Amino acid sequence: MSSLATSSKEAQDSKAQGSTPRTMTLCGEAFEPCAGGALWWAAERTLIVADLHLEKGSSFATKGVFLPPYDTTATLTRLAQIITHRKPQRVIALGDSFHDQGGPARLVPSDLLALTALTAAVEWIWIAGNHDPVPPAGLGGTFSDELMIGGLTFRHEPAKGAVDGEIAGHLHPVARLRRNGRSVRRRCFATNGARLILPAFGALTGGLNVLDDAFAPIFSGRKFTAWMIGTDEVYPVLGRKLSTDMALPANPWAFRKPRD
Amino acid sequence: MDVLDADTALPEPFASWFSDRGWTPRPHQLDLWRRARDGRSVLLIAPTGAGKTLAGFLPSLIDLADRGQTAAEPQDRDTAAEPETLDDRLDRWAKVRRPGIHTLYVSPLKALAVDVARNVVTPVEEMELPISIETRTGDTPPSKRQRQKTSPPDILMTTPEQVALLLASREASDLFAGLKTVILDELHALVTSKRGDLLSLGLARLRAYAPKFNTIGLSATVAEPDQLRAWLRPQAPGKDLQLADLLTTPAGIKPEITILTSDERVPWSGHTARYALPEVYDLIRRHGTTLVFVNTRSQAELLFQELWAINDDMLPIALHHGSLSKEQRRKVEAAMTRNELKAVVCTSTLDLGIDWGDVDLVIHVGAPKGASRLAQRIGRANHRLDEPSRAVLVPANRFEVMECRAALDANYLGAQDTPPLRTGALDVLAQHILGVACAGPFDAAGLHQEVISAYPYRDLNRNRFDRVVDFVATGGYALRAYDRFARLKQTGDGRFRLAHPSLAQRYRLNVGTIVEAPMLKLRLSRPGRGKPVSRGGRMLGHIEEYFLETLPPGDTFLFAGEVLKLEAIQEDEAIVSRARAEEPQVPFYAGGKFPLTTYLADQVRGMLADPDRWHALPDQVRDWLSMQHLKSVLPKRNEMLVETFLRGKRHYLVAYPFEGRLAHQSLGMLLTRRLERARAKPLGFVASDYAIAVWGLDDIGARLDRGDPSPTDLFDEDMLGDDLEAWMAESYLLKRTFRQCAVIAGLIERRFPGKEKTGRQVTISTDLIYDVLRQHEPDHILLQATWNDAATGLLDIARLSEMLSRIKGRIVHKALKQISPLAVPIMLEIGRESVKGEAQDSLMADAAEDLIEEAMAG
Repeated sequence: MSSLATSSKEAQDSKAQGSTPRTMTLCGEAFEPCAGGALWWAAERTLIVADLHLEKGSSFATKGVFLPPYDTTATLTRLAQIITHRKPQRVIALGDSFHDQGGPARLVPSDLLALTALTAAVEWIWIAGNHDPVPPAGLGGTFSDELMIGGLTFRHEPAKGAVDGEIAGHLHPVARLRRNGRSVRRRCFATNGARLILPAFGALTGGLNVLDDAFAPIFSGRKFTAWMIGTDEVYPVLGRKLSTDMALPANPWAFRKPRD
Repeated sequence: MDVLDADTALPEPFASWFSDRGWTPRPHQLDLWRRARDGRSVLLIAPTGAGKTLAGFLPSLIDLADRGQTAAEPQDRDTAAEPETLDDRLDRWAKVRRPGIHTLYVSPLKALAVDVARNVVTPVEEMELPISIETRTGDTPPSKRQRQKTSPPDILMTTPEQVALLLASREASDLFAGLKTVILDELHALVTSKRGDLLSLGLARLRAYAPKFNTIGLSATVAEPDQLRAWLRPQAPGKDLQLADLLTTPAGIKPEITILTSDERVPWSGHTARYALPEVYDLIRRHGTTLVFVNTRSQAELLFQELWAINDDMLPIALHHGSLSKEQRRKVEAAMTRNELKAVVCTSTLDLGIDWGDVDLVIHVGAPKGASRLAQRIGRANHRLDEPSRAVLVPANRFEVMECRAALDANYLGAQDTPPLRTGALDVLAQHILGVACAGPFDAAGLHQEVISAYPYRDLNRNRFDRVVDFVATGGYALRAYDRFARLKQTGDGRFRLAHPSLAQRYRLNVGTIVEAPMLKLRLSRPGRGKPVSRGGRMLGHIEEYFLETLPPGDTFLFAGEVLKLEAIQEDEAIVSRARAEEPQVPFYAGGKFPLTTYLADQVRGMLADPDRWHALPDQVRDWLSMQHLKSVLPKRNEMLVETFLRGKRHYLVAYPFEGRLAHQSLGMLLTRRLERARAKPLGFVASDYAIAVWGLDDIGARLDRGDPSPTDLFDEDMLGDDLEAWMAESYLLKRTFRQCAVIAGLIERRFPGKEKTGRQVTISTDLIYDVLRQHEPDHILLQATWNDAATGLLDIARLSEMLSRIKGRIVHKALKQISPLAVPIMLEIGRESVKGEAQDSLMADAAEDLIEEAMAG
């Protein structure tokens, strides 16, 4: 039995069209990963984004590290573009929407206006994250620790142990691919067909390699597919084709399958 | 003839010290002392072995000895003379009181500072002078560094970074109030880097504490001594340049340089010079001690390996380069000093300063890339003025034969091609401003005046300066979002002060302008098979992360003369084991290659155009050029030849600008963009120091002939406009430059070994910062700093721009039926070194294809 999230029929179809597959399946539902880093659930007209980390720049600034103060604008602009394109009825922000609890208060007026315009136009759901455990005040939308729609659970941090039908963020997955002496490292969606981790959407959010220990309890070994975000497309790559990063925590062999 | 009178003769005990050793002070040593005594700043240009170091220190030693003498005087005072008055006595005490550092010696290398200290301590001890001499480097224990601040030595020997640190301390004013002299060693090497910028700002700051100190610059021969002379003095805006006095020693005996002529065929391309190995080995055997210079660390590894493969006599041949562990390098250096080695294969780490015993011969493998560098390296042989240095050049390919010949002619002509001095970098200025604030509040107008007194910053206008201050204070963004978090706050009188003392601590951890490529430690272990490998093995050195990124575990590479197998990577360490492999990969080191200098490039073009000069070339190279003349064209010195031909199923365009690898790489990127826009379907390019080849599916030659585009259009300078802009946005080269600027300017902090973040906590990616900043504030001061850097550095736009304007209307296009003799070397590079792809999507698309195939298979 294949652990691939993409069914072979879809792959065949897309092969016939001469391009890479476009949708992944989770508990029978089809999802389309967007190159911008959002997840599109067409059947429910729902757009899902994770880890916006708004006001990360100003959060660092409070400690005297002056990252460009444009990260919120950049993130919201990208989000607004996808919303304009997809016209969702519902947007789910999967937690860590703000980098810290003081974030909403530090929004500059133009960003505040842009954000409230977005939350007013659709059914907007803020899921609680570890960076923002309490609801952001005065920004519209509703707030929830977790959300269930059909058989699917939406939460910030992936649950421990085996779970079926979970969509989460928190881990900021990135995948590294090495071929012919070249290497590329990109944000990615990671799924094994039962659960799905979204990449961080925020402009200044870094990433954690999907082969890191932190992903071990979620996917057993390398039985998952990473949907790597390219310039205009998202490319599905098998977990065992991926490479680790340089600075790894102890024991990089945890996920290593013997070389064949 | 020199008349020795009281004014010109050395005082005691110096005169006796010289004569006891049977030495006579050299004229330049006396001259420099007299000028320095009068408070003048001096640039001394002398070859190694001319007693440069002693000349530099003599004025300080004499002055300090005199001070000690005055203190010691009362005991043996002649009773017949006037009794000492109270005023005399106070005067004497004032002289004896140690107000702080008397002489500051700054060298670009820690090791050189330590070595020179040893050399200066010897005469001081032999003359029993009451002078204290200490070094201060990154290796000095913290307790000693602390003590040096409260109780400084008379002479402190240190590095530019340590000067910055001392200046940023609250004790700076006490330390430097009595400063008399600053000696700058290897000045020619210091001033061409950001460290030089930092030091120039440091000197300007020192003048605020001790307005009258003089500077003594020690330098190898340079093209424009006046620039160095101006660098040594404070400058005033709108006034004529103030120059330090210039002292030069008569040139030593001309070095004996030959180009190795081999019976073997000189290869068309490549850098290994493997063909000449037996001859190189033979030279080593026949000489006492030989330094074998190569241009990159990977070449050093390869050559070392191959010399040992034929080392039947088991000659002690060692390896020395910057990536080896410190212990290993020190071991080699010590063996060198004890004259135990027959040869050392080395890179630019041995270019500078330190004396390693008697070197009889310098072998230079590969072309020297610059006439000045060659002169410097040859100077390493035989540090005695009365004997000629001996050197042998070993060109690795045919173009290098011409390059070696040109360098040789240049050396005999005394021509020098050191790069022009830099314009002071803005990221370095930002670091300096924070340092100034760490020592105490500053007034912006006053600090601006001080900064522009430094030669590299003399043209910095107030507006730009204020933007840098603003950057330090709040990040300098147009969106004034961070004013309330400012690092610098303005006091009531308008001066800037540090907002919090903890910022000073952070400044100290981030000082310096050297941003290393991320490095991993290499640790030796026993081979393991898929199991966690044991740790605690021997440290072999450091290797760049970029290289290991491309290497899967199990692959082999050369390091420290051994074939190593990558076992695993754990945190900041790469675990390796000894291995046997026929074809190990060779480590690559970013920035290891020097591009051909402008001067030498011009010489090579001149030689190519002038058959009369070919008689100095070996037969096979001469034949090669004659064939080119027959089959294609030999371009004139001011022309650029462009050849087009079909080979296999691809159409090639080969151009010969001779402007160095960096400029050619930029040209390649821009040409392919332009050809793509013209729908000429370019597929790739490859660049060398001499030429560039572009290939594609379309007949490029036919297009050039019908003017679609014409050669003039294709190489038009306007490619430096929009094309450049568009490419820069994506280029990883610019992102790498941005990272360095961001670290130096203090936008982000350095990664410290041991404090490396692991697991979930991820460091801030400068690539993301760059993208956001470029999109939202493209005029930001840090992006300007990045652009300035890239234009003169990795992208070498400055040189590309000069080249495009030079060849305007002078492009010779030759459409050929087949490849020309001159094109062979660059064509052989194809496949060996392909273009670093900027478009990485194809990599992922390929991997996605695999997935589809596998899915189809079931």
